[in-house]
Amino acid sequence: MSTKMVDLPDEHGFFGGSDDRGQAGRGYGGRYVAETLMPLIDEIEAAYDEARADPAFQARLDELRRDYIGRATPLYFAERLTEHFGGAKLYLKREDLNHTGAHKINNALGQALLASRMGRRRLIAETGAGMHGVAVATVAARLGMTCVIYMGATDIERQQPNVQRMRLLGAEIVPVHAGTATLKDAMNEALRDWVANVDDTFYIIGTVAGPAPYPRMVRDFQSVIGRETREQLLAMQHRLPDSLVACVGGGSNAMGLFHAFLDDADVAMIGVEAAGEGLESGRHAASINGGTPGILHGNRTYLLQDDDGQIRDAHSISAGLDYPGVGPEHAYLHDSGRASYVAVTDDEALEAVALCCRLEGILPALESAHALYHAGRLAATQDPDQVIVVCLSGRGDKDMDTITRHLMPEEADS
Amino acid sequence: MSASSLNTDALDTNVLDTDALDMNTSNTQALIADSRLARRFAALKAADRAALVTYVMAGDPDPETSRDLLERLPAAGADIIELGMPFSDPMADGVAIQRAGQRALANGQTLFRTLERVRDFRRRDDDTPIVLMGYLNPIQRFGEDRFLQAAAEAGADGLILVDLPPEHGAALTARARDLGLARIPLVAPTTPPERLPKLLAQGDGFVYRIAFNGVTGTRRTDIAASLGESLSELKRRSPLPVAVGFGVRDGDTAAAVARVADAVVVGSALVERLAETGVEGALALTRELAESIHGARKSEA
Repeated sequence: MSTKMVDLPDEHGFFGGSDDRGQAGRGYGGRYVAETLMPLIDEIEAAYDEARADPAFQARLDELRRDYIGRATPLYFAERLTEHFGGAKLYLKREDLNHTGAHKINNALGQALLASRMGRRRLIAETGAGMHGVAVATVAARLGMTCVIYMGATDIERQQPNVQRMRLLGAEIVPVHAGTATLKDAMNEALRDWVANVDDTFYIIGTVAGPAPYPRMVRDFQSVIGRETREQLLAMQHRLPDSLVACVGGGSNAMGLFHAFLDDADVAMIGVEAAGEGLESGRHAASINGGTPGILHGNRTYLLQDDDGQIRDAHSISAGLDYPGVGPEHAYLHDSGRASYVAVTDDEALEAVALCCRLEGILPALESAHALYHAGRLAATQDPDQVIVVCLSGRGDKDMDTITRHLMPEEADS
Repeated sequence: MSASSLNTDALDTNVLDTDALDMNTSNTQALIADSRLARRFAALKAADRAALVTYVMAGDPDPETSRDLLERLPAAGADIIELGMPFSDPMADGVAIQRAGQRALANGQTLFRTLERVRDFRRRDDDTPIVLMGYLNPIQRFGEDRFLQAAAEAGADGLILVDLPPEHGAALTARARDLGLARIPLVAPTTPPERLPKLLAQGDGFVYRIAFNGVTGTRRTDIAASLGESLSELKRRSPLPVAVGFGVRDGDTAAAVARVADAVVVGSALVERLAETGVEGALALTRELAESIHGARKSEA
């Protein structure tokens, strides 16, 4: 391979190659958006590349990461989980300890600083579980910007605490009733807002998807996860991990963890998709394991779709994974074989929540529990001298209603 | 043709009715310059009036109603028909067209059936241009080449693809041209002048100027005034007629746009009228709009 994987995408926004006229070929990504947005997206790309090269921008980002988000997050040796599975050592990258409780703020902060630099004072975002919405509402408050969050009506119902948090932070929440009233519909609605308000608005996409440059930009802001992990493990164990495991909805925490290791061929990378009620049930959110390539939300990637190219409903117990697509870089890493993608069901994720609570005293988000479950399964087959790093992408407080209903139904009924 | 044959077999020429293939089969290099669109615009220019372009969603609310409306639109005054290809996630469309797409999909509309509808229409009307409008994913799923071939053979005249910018569209445009299908470029208020050559180089048929920044169906009455110099800028750069759409909902706005543009596109208002009052209501609105447009330049003079 002539280009290093860390240098992708190419100038047309494609991961895995495009032809000389900017067509995808077998590549993923691109910028398939309405003409109204094209000039704006060009502007964002130029502004981002300039900011990226500007030491003052990086210094401001580093300072707020340290003092406001609370980075670096710990790389924690999960001793009792390791004992439980009796195999490889399990380390948890504690993104749940970030300010606002998930990795989402790494990206929200970076994009909000870019928006501010571009003179945009109104931030909009889509949110599923509400963690990205909370993160955007938080940085909007901190930077004194207006904030509008689009959220599916179904998700508003199942993530009430986060809805209240966002309102308290000063954000306006717009319920989306279209389609399945979940994350993809919230993203459609945010795009519609953006088309109507191009002059003053910056759209903070929450995952490594959307038109170029978003997949690259979100990845770059999240890649602090992997850079820290690498340094921390080298300091503790004087070696690189054998495997990295992270959950994948759109896939931003996974790309954040993977990116610093892409060119380390001996480090295995495993993305864990939501199998919902089982891949064979058709009720899942596993775009790579159960989908086909197509175009949605501005990029070419794996999608859940029917034979007529209509997008199918995703299903997962975790609102944050309930999305029928996946970031284009994951699609490329899958096809190239550099990363592998497995799937974990709703029930298995719940089992991992319970286990992590009892053995480690940590309540993981339902999203992160998908990764934990697979990491346990993998650890049990490996030797004690091997190391697995799991991205514990968020805390589970927001999921208490769902968790209680499933794991302690007698409590939920009372 | 049974619905079950749709998704499995390749849609090759023998699946389609060969009677309907008049102008496209004999000459795959069919010149867009001598197309139905060009003839229609030439005739309207001679009559000194703008075209009424009516957007309806294929299969909305059901196949029979949609067919009935489509067939009667030309007599009611539609000069060009834009036929929406429903998509589950229409990110540039407002609520009216979103709902129209959902109704159509819920009643079994597929891309194949949309093409069948065009072919059926073309058997009865060989003059009214039909432009297919939609999003890329269903087309890619169907197969780009297979779709272009089938659309041309069915008698469609052009394509408006909302989410295919010229940056990724060169190959599709070239193939469409070979088949005599016009790739109608969308130009937005945000489009800077330096982007126009890129858009116009892949443009045929007419230019679709989006009236304002927003989704389809937003109510605006100040459209004609807000266009300002942009139409003359387009005219300087391209010989193509210019249509203006998004937000035209009533006769007065349509007339104002008809005084400055070559065509007026009405979509959401018509789709809403269809949902509220059925085919007769939609046709009544079409007649009203046509009348306003026909009178527009005369009343000015």
